[in-house]
Amino acid sequence: MKGLLSFKHGVHPPENKDITAGIASRRFPFPEEIILPLSQHIGTPAKALVKPGDYIERGDVIAEAAGFISSAVHATASGTVKSIELWPHPSGNMAPSIRIAVDPNSAQMRRPRTVPRWQDVKDEDLSKEIGKAGIVGLGGAAFPSHVKLNPPKDQPIDLLLINGCECEPYLTSDHRTMLERPDDVYTGIRIALKALGITRAVIGIEANKPDAIEMMRKTAPSDLDVTVQPLQVKYPQGAEKMLIKAVTGREVPSGALPSAIGALVQNVATSANVAAVFESGQPLIERIITISGRGIQKPGNWVIPFGTKLRDVIDQCGGLTDDAAEIVFGGPMMGLGQANLDVPILKATGGILVLSKDECKRQDILPCIRCGKCLEVCPIFLNPQLMGALAKAERFEELEAEANLKDCMLCGCCSYVCPSNIPLSQLFMAARIQLKRLSVS
Amino acid sequence: MTDSTVKITASPHVRSADSTIRIMWSVVISLVPVVAASIYFFGPSAILVIVASVAGCLLTERLFGSNPGSLADGSAMITGLLLGLTLPPGFPLWMAFLGGGFGMAFGKIIYGGLGQNIFNPALVGRAFLQAAFPVAITTWPAKTQQWWTLQGDNFALPFMSPVVDAATSATPLGNLKFGDDPVVTPLFDLFFGTTGGSLGETSALLILLGGLYLAYRGHLNWHIPLSIFVSTFLVSGLFYALGISQFPPLFMLFSGGMMLGAFYMATDMVTSPITNKGCWLFGFGIGFLVVVIRIWGGLPEGVMYAILLMNALVPFINRATQPRLFGTSGKKKKEEASQ
Repeated sequence: MKGLLSFKHGVHPPENKDITAGIASRRFPFPEEIILPLSQHIGTPAKALVKPGDYIERGDVIAEAAGFISSAVHATASGTVKSIELWPHPSGNMAPSIRIAVDPNSAQMRRPRTVPRWQDVKDEDLSKEIGKAGIVGLGGAAFPSHVKLNPPKDQPIDLLLINGCECEPYLTSDHRTMLERPDDVYTGIRIALKALGITRAVIGIEANKPDAIEMMRKTAPSDLDVTVQPLQVKYPQGAEKMLIKAVTGREVPSGALPSAIGALVQNVATSANVAAVFESGQPLIERIITISGRGIQKPGNWVIPFGTKLRDVIDQCGGLTDDAAEIVFGGPMMGLGQANLDVPILKATGGILVLSKDECKRQDILPCIRCGKCLEVCPIFLNPQLMGALAKAERFEELEAEANLKDCMLCGCCSYVCPSNIPLSQLFMAARIQLKRLSVS
Repeated sequence: MTDSTVKITASPHVRSADSTIRIMWSVVISLVPVVAASIYFFGPSAILVIVASVAGCLLTERLFGSNPGSLADGSAMITGLLLGLTLPPGFPLWMAFLGGGFGMAFGKIIYGGLGQNIFNPALVGRAFLQAAFPVAITTWPAKTQQWWTLQGDNFALPFMSPVVDAATSATPLGNLKFGDDPVVTPLFDLFFGTTGGSLGETSALLILLGGLYLAYRGHLNWHIPLSIFVSTFLVSGLFYALGISQFPPLFMLFSGGMMLGAFYMATDMVTSPITNKGCWLFGFGIGFLVVVIRIWGGLPEGVMYAILLMNALVPFINRATQPRLFGTSGKKKKEEASQ
């Protein structure tokens, strides 16, 4: 594994990807009810276009982007709108959501939708079509893709990086996407290249997915200037800045976007779904999701319509084991713990983990012994030890001004290695919330 | 399982297996061969002195420590073992006990317990003993005839001056520095420990093995001992070559408390710098000070004071060696913005 391109620092937690990596994705049955929050992306929540009682068909737009950074929401199943109400959201808050009673008699065929051939669309109009389809980054951040593909004019992009790292342990949805939909990924790359007006793309894949590397190499179109780049297996290799550093050797300036150095990163699953928009007219209504962990009876990879409730997913996967202890949306390093089985799956939910007691053991928090391990793993070269001390003392302004809290990605490497089990990234997250409140008041 | 029994925690949801308690106890384990060697070389006196020092530390931590469970973290045990290993075999037990208690109380607990102290507690204890009982701590009884005979005055009563055996022996450092007929002890003897000295000073080999084990486990920052050795070797080599000092560089490395100090005292995570760059500065400083104290100081040995002095500088070293923030050329964005 050494000698491969990578970034400095980082950690290598047990991968646990073998649980689901070999399981082909299957279509998830449509549930009785779908809950579609208006906020499934970074930015302003979408504006609902339907009202209770409306019958909608799968793929219909039911909420439109409200503002520059926002994204449309589409019906992920045919049925009747029950209500638009506050519903538990995976973020832990209540959020306005469209409740749809799924029509049990519907064949769940999408309403035919005419989409222009992407080759015929003007470069600058491609992102509009992508926006209309409600595409957001599926790597986890859920940033609206049409905004990303429209970078500031003074910061031209010259390299498209396709992110197939999937550095979070357990998750295999990107892995399955590359194995099952390589042609869609490549079509998505073509569309993104055309939208950006550039020609060069690099696909970064961690070396623990040799079959995906092989598949992407085998299916690479000969007319496309694309390189499949194996990368060292190390968390957080899939973070934008880390991937760019590994592939180009360049660091995104602190506080700037990747476009500052001419790079744009797009997740493989995003690419595959961009292709689907133009190939079959399907907006972003479902994706491959990994259900894993030793707390679930039947782990697997499923194509699940967004809005399916956590409860339905767990039931479909055979239920929880006796020692199930924690349910997480996302990977174990950055995922969100879930308190309510009624929360719906969102566009950016790449995985659902049910961790057993043994997998998420918690030990007592001990005093910091200044061992410096957190500094040795921080991919951003922060001083988490100092930051932790400042956060505990609630010296938030100093934390931001002197210790560069804003640069922290909350990747969790420091918390992961801390031998005293100090919840560093949690402290930093809490400090950010407090700072936001301070700036508001 | 029902909804109500699900745990909700912040990410990350998985943790590395490493723990502070495990680090501490593996340090203790790595010291076992060194303790065994001291018993082999010095007889029952060795274990008595070590037990007395450990007892002083554990009792003080139990009585005054921040919480009753703090004994379990192993740090008091380490302090006791390390202090015991810096004492001469014939050392009165009550003094060893007192030294352990003082080191714990004034070297650690007074600052707020584990993780808060500035100075290495074992060395604080030893510095106290050096100041309070200068004679006893520099008395190295000649080897007894039988292994099981006690050395010196282990059972001297408190505040009654220990009656020193007529026959004393010099340590390799003391001999070279103050002896009427200075000789350089052969490296072989220093390395395997067949010389006079404190309990844990004598066998460089076993300390080296223990240190390498800890470094391999990732429980010891190898930059520190390495930088100390490099610096000691270079600085003492320079003075030796110039004819200013009578200490050959390799003798410097393997004599006295150098090995124990470099591998076990200077590497105390709490009292050493937090960045590797800082550790190099720290180690260079210790090496330099050891050589200076050994050549020009009033004492034969300088490792203890060298480490304590550099401990005091750690906050400044930390401030000066903050890592460079990703995507900048300096440690702060502000500097970048003003360019």
